[in-house]
Amino acid sequence: MIIVDYLKKSFFVAIWFMFLTFPIMVIRVDSIEGIVEWRWQNMLLVGIGSFILSLVGRYIRIKQEKAARSVQKGRVQQLKSSLLIDPKMYLPGLALISLLVLVFPFLFSVYQTNIMTTALMYIVLGLGLNIVVGLAGLLDLGYVAFYAVGAYCYALLNHHFGLSFWLALPLGALLGALFGIVLGFPVLRLRGDYLAIVTLGFGEIIRLVLENWNEFSFGPSGIANIDRPNFFGIDMSLNESIIALYYMMVCLVLFSIFMVNRLQSSRIGRAWIALREDEIACQAMGIDKTKTKLTAFALGATWAGMVGVIFAAKTTFVNPASFTFLESAIILSIVVLGGMGSIVGVVVGALVLILLPEYLRAFSDYRMLLFGAIMVIMMVFRPQGIIGNVRKSYLFQEKKG
Amino acid sequence: MKPILEVNKICMDFGGLRALDQLDLEVKSGEIVALIGPNGAGKTTFFNCVTGIYAPTSGNIFLHDMKGKSSSLNGLKPNKITEKGLARTFQNIRLFSEMTVLENVMVGCHCRSTASILGALFRNKKTVQEEEEIVRKSYGILQKVGISEYVNEMAKNLPYGAQRRLEIARALATEPLLLLLDEPAAGMNPQETKELDELIVRLRDNEGLSILLIEHDMKLVMSLSDRIFVMDYGRKIAQGTPAEVRENPVVIKAYLGDDS
Repeated sequence: MIIVDYLKKSFFVAIWFMFLTFPIMVIRVDSIEGIVEWRWQNMLLVGIGSFILSLVGRYIRIKQEKAARSVQKGRVQQLKSSLLIDPKMYLPGLALISLLVLVFPFLFSVYQTNIMTTALMYIVLGLGLNIVVGLAGLLDLGYVAFYAVGAYCYALLNHHFGLSFWLALPLGALLGALFGIVLGFPVLRLRGDYLAIVTLGFGEIIRLVLENWNEFSFGPSGIANIDRPNFFGIDMSLNESIIALYYMMVCLVLFSIFMVNRLQSSRIGRAWIALREDEIACQAMGIDKTKTKLTAFALGATWAGMVGVIFAAKTTFVNPASFTFLESAIILSIVVLGGMGSIVGVVVGALVLILLPEYLRAFSDYRMLLFGAIMVIMMVFRPQGIIGNVRKSYLFQEKKG
Repeated sequence: MKPILEVNKICMDFGGLRALDQLDLEVKSGEIVALIGPNGAGKTTFFNCVTGIYAPTSGNIFLHDMKGKSSSLNGLKPNKITEKGLARTFQNIRLFSEMTVLENVMVGCHCRSTASILGALFRNKKTVQEEEEIVRKSYGILQKVGISEYVNEMAKNLPYGAQRRLEIARALATEPLLLLLDEPAAGMNPQETKELDELIVRLRDNEGLSILLIEHDMKLVMSLSDRIFVMDYGRKIAQGTPAEVRENPVVIKAYLGDDS
């Protein structure tokens, strides 16, 4: 009975939408030829699309209402998170996603693949910053500095010594970590707002140095003609190398997820979270604050350094304009929007924040505005991010007697 | 019995204000000692000096462990002091609220475990074993303190009394010789206070812990402690057994004021 009712309602919604969009979607007046074109297939698409959306929307709403009616608040949250880890949905979902990821370059154009590679890079950047901001709770507004360090590491070494990409990758990571520690030392005593300001300054210093130290970094004109990564010595066309880079990025994303996942449920990960939650209590538990902060900075910066190298190889050109504060803000938005401390959240956040503006090119000028609006709305309605962090739980069997 | 904690003539100045003045105190092994005094007497400041949150202006603090080894706690960082065997709870509960109850206790095991970043990444046999050991030990402590039913609950969702207990559980996970409890019964109802009393005695008897506590609940203090130190305006004004302290006119004056 209820189902029929919902089908009926959705049907009327579809009709309504078809009517509303009729003038723009169906009629096209060709003023040159002087004819009117009737595009009825568009009407059909609008109808089907709105029908399905309306039905799905209703379904979700019923489910939420049901959950809210039957149990108290604590259980609802459990239900929501269990939807994500429900084994019935989880395995096929994972299989579908991996299949999609694997065949993506063959389904879509090289242009699309290139955009996806960018999104994957931001996933790794987000995962790296997630260690610093999400886990250790150190608000870092200059994260892009480490990204720049990695990019210039490869660009300069390749330019001067022809260093290969594969050697530069670990070197960039190492250099990133080193700079992480360099930044970490002076800010050990700072927290919260003060830390944010100092890291912001650090990010700008790196950019300004790159911009003004012409002898070293070739100033604003940057470094061009950086080698693309070479895969097993195979000669590749531009398109092939873009696809190869895509697969490499997929591997790096998987690798990062694997690593960060292991880190966050380890002894050191717990120390980071404890540091975030309460610095004094954390020390009273015997955790070395200095060491914990430095490892967070260093490990976070490692990923940025690595992605920096890939960025330089992907665009074959670097200049300081790529490493402005806006980049830091985007990466931070990914972490906050996705859900601080949550790996899935960061992945979703990166895809949303990078792909959306790419596909909404028209909004490109309003990106900052859009960011602001999304952030404000998110912070008001869902401060824990799209996907909140779920802590690992343990099962114990009570011994009797 | 020999003292486990020995504090000699400790002073703590905040600018021109002397919060602790030439304070002497010692806790013997296996003893429950209470530190009492009116509000603002400097009790928590004393705790903060001993646990390294403040560096005392002058004076010496020594910890003597079971093997007869002595170490000075002066100028050590809080985490080093915890490593030496001194754990504390906080007056205003400071749990890691976004972590589960079990994880809170697992954090306490930090200084007694060694897994490095590489260990975490590669999960070698040693790390896995250590991790299992930590989980088992933490759960054991939760059972001991009586809050194992909340094991996977977020710490912030716990009822007040259980939060206080979790603070104790977390401190126990650091394997201390001496446990400092800062107002453990604050805000508890009589039933909860009674259970806390039993818990503290049990910790002393079964675990061989020495305990130094700050408390305002005089009933609890009198029934629990072997000895009592009374502070006022940063100075020690009396010490002795509960019976002695109760009769001491100086103490009565500090609490109730002069009747002249």
